[in-house]
Amino acid sequence: MSEPLLSLRDVPLLSLRDVHVRFNTAAGVVQAVSGVSLDIATGETLGLVGESGCGKSTLGKAILRLVPLAAGEIRVEGTDIAPLDRERLNEMRRKVQMIFQDPYGSLNPRSTVGRSVAQPLVVAGWKPDAIAERVDTLLGWVGLPADTKQRFPHEFSGGQRQRIGIARALALSPRLIICDEPVSALDVSVRAQVINLLEDLKRQLGMSYLFISHDLSVVEHIADRVAVMYLGSIMEAGGRDQIWRRPQHPYTKALLEAAPVANPKLARTRKRSVLQGELPSPIDPPAGCPFQSRCPMAQERCRLDKPVLRPISTGALAACHFVE
Amino acid sequence: MAAAPLEVTGLSTTLFTRRGEMKAVDGMSLTVGAGETVALVGESGCGKSLSALSIMRLLPDPPARIVGGEVRLNGRDIVTLSEEAMLDVRGKEIGMIFQDPMSSLNPVATVERQIVEVLTTHTELDRRAARARALELLEQVGMPDAERRLGAYPHQLSGGMCQRVMIAIAIACNPSVLIADEPTTALDVTVQAQVLALLKKLQADSGMAMIFITHDLGVVAETADRVVVMYAGRKVEEATVDDLFERPLHPYTAGLIGATPTPGGERAARLADIPGMVPPLNELPVGCAFAPRCPRAFARCRQEQPQLTEPVAGRKVACFAAERDFE
Repeated sequence: MSEPLLSLRDVPLLSLRDVHVRFNTAAGVVQAVSGVSLDIATGETLGLVGESGCGKSTLGKAILRLVPLAAGEIRVEGTDIAPLDRERLNEMRRKVQMIFQDPYGSLNPRSTVGRSVAQPLVVAGWKPDAIAERVDTLLGWVGLPADTKQRFPHEFSGGQRQRIGIARALALSPRLIICDEPVSALDVSVRAQVINLLEDLKRQLGMSYLFISHDLSVVEHIADRVAVMYLGSIMEAGGRDQIWRRPQHPYTKALLEAAPVANPKLARTRKRSVLQGELPSPIDPPAGCPFQSRCPMAQERCRLDKPVLRPISTGALAACHFVE
Repeated sequence: MAAAPLEVTGLSTTLFTRRGEMKAVDGMSLTVGAGETVALVGESGCGKSLSALSIMRLLPDPPARIVGGEVRLNGRDIVTLSEEAMLDVRGKEIGMIFQDPMSSLNPVATVERQIVEVLTTHTELDRRAARARALELLEQVGMPDAERRLGAYPHQLSGGMCQRVMIAIAIACNPSVLIADEPTTALDVTVQAQVLALLKKLQADSGMAMIFITHDLGVVAETADRVVVMYAGRKVEEATVDDLFERPLHPYTAGLIGATPTPGGERAARLADIPGMVPPLNELPVGCAFAPRCPRAFARCRQEQPQLTEPVAGRKVACFAAERDFE
């Protein structure tokens, strides 16, 4: 893949080029991510959507080197993260943090909330006084009372635990937060609280988000740009409105039509074709286009050549032989 | 007009625990007509699943006991039936499917055995006829490669296929009522669309009454004719799906709708969130349970519990602020 020459100012915060992640399992090699390229600019929220097993969470983890990279390049502020030693990797991880779907599983149940939130600061060598002050600030930012510090994770609800996870992710002022299904386990009213909090924090602190979710309505609300993944590859990527108003890739169209809309009149009148079949196994993905086994438009060519992601008429990018 | 297949009146279920008695379902009334879908909506802990399990009489006693009310299934009150008689009702007159089909199926029995078991228990079919019917049912629920899948075990099937098997079992004896408890919550969006379309089709063919429990307002808009909104064990609002979305009367309903991102809309600056969270059942406030989170609450709401009223024909709401709007 050719890249234009970039001046330093134009270096994206995060840049992925032809990223591959594979896992060896007893059943064979799983192609979790196969050739993903994307950029995230400073202050931008990129939504990464797709169904389970499409590789979106694995891609998020690969950015933090939590899973091994099989091929490709991941650059954070221009620095290739693959060759970094432990010390420099830790430095990179200050810039890029992650929050998870299940904050309970990512908090030590025997550690007070104060200690959990302080942990990244301790690792970074902060002095105790500065840590105490910082923890208070962080808990204030996420809207938790100061006495939260002495309590344990089990004393909190799901929404409050997610706030704790966010406070910890913010500890070292990251530039990018990878949000892996951060609101999927939350009830509607609490989900809205956490989404609003993430948006407020982004405005105040000028961070970027990679927002990974299967929930299209949430991504439509929060994202500036969107990438649609299927079976390890990006099918279509573009601005929020390009994707929602003028989807071009057959998978994007199918996904948007399948998503229920919270409007009964629209639900009755809109066009809705139900996609047949289920996601193929990433152990033995179909040859050619990853989507060809379920695509209503698939032709002979789709079973032979894998389409590359290229610019299309709407200004978005799509990987389909038949999209203009 | 014939009586509705399911008529629930004043159903109350209390949990007797060491920490005291909790009214998990408090005076719930609900009627579902033939061919009708009623969505039961609310956040976790609001009592929607416990209402369904109470109707099915599937809650363990202790701690749960139905302390009042009637559940009329095809005209007969099943609350007073013996456990033995209930065995004959469940799976035959009323079916249920759950959120997690993997754990609702028997992991060590083939798909065929699980469907045949229901058929031989509740119908006159012999084994051979039941086997043939099992295959028909699998085809009816759109199982790909149905004949081969008869011999499969649940772990060999995807979540969507397991849910199809659950549906096949639930509809095997042509029940007049089907309760679907978050049946698509664990499924991917394209598979969810398949299962919703399947349930609609089966309902259109058989005319069964359906209760659809969900927290997802998108799924409500896609499936329901009528909607019942629950909060802290009580019904707080009931309306047709169009009325509810067009003009929610209860502030909690309005809050849920405001907190859900609307598709195709301009990008709103903020979602309208509801402050705080659902109170635990043993810490319910005096007066209206929603009052501490309610933007419209006034003094009366903190002293007195609002009862369900019908301020306009066809709409029910339990809220003093909403009542005021119609005075």
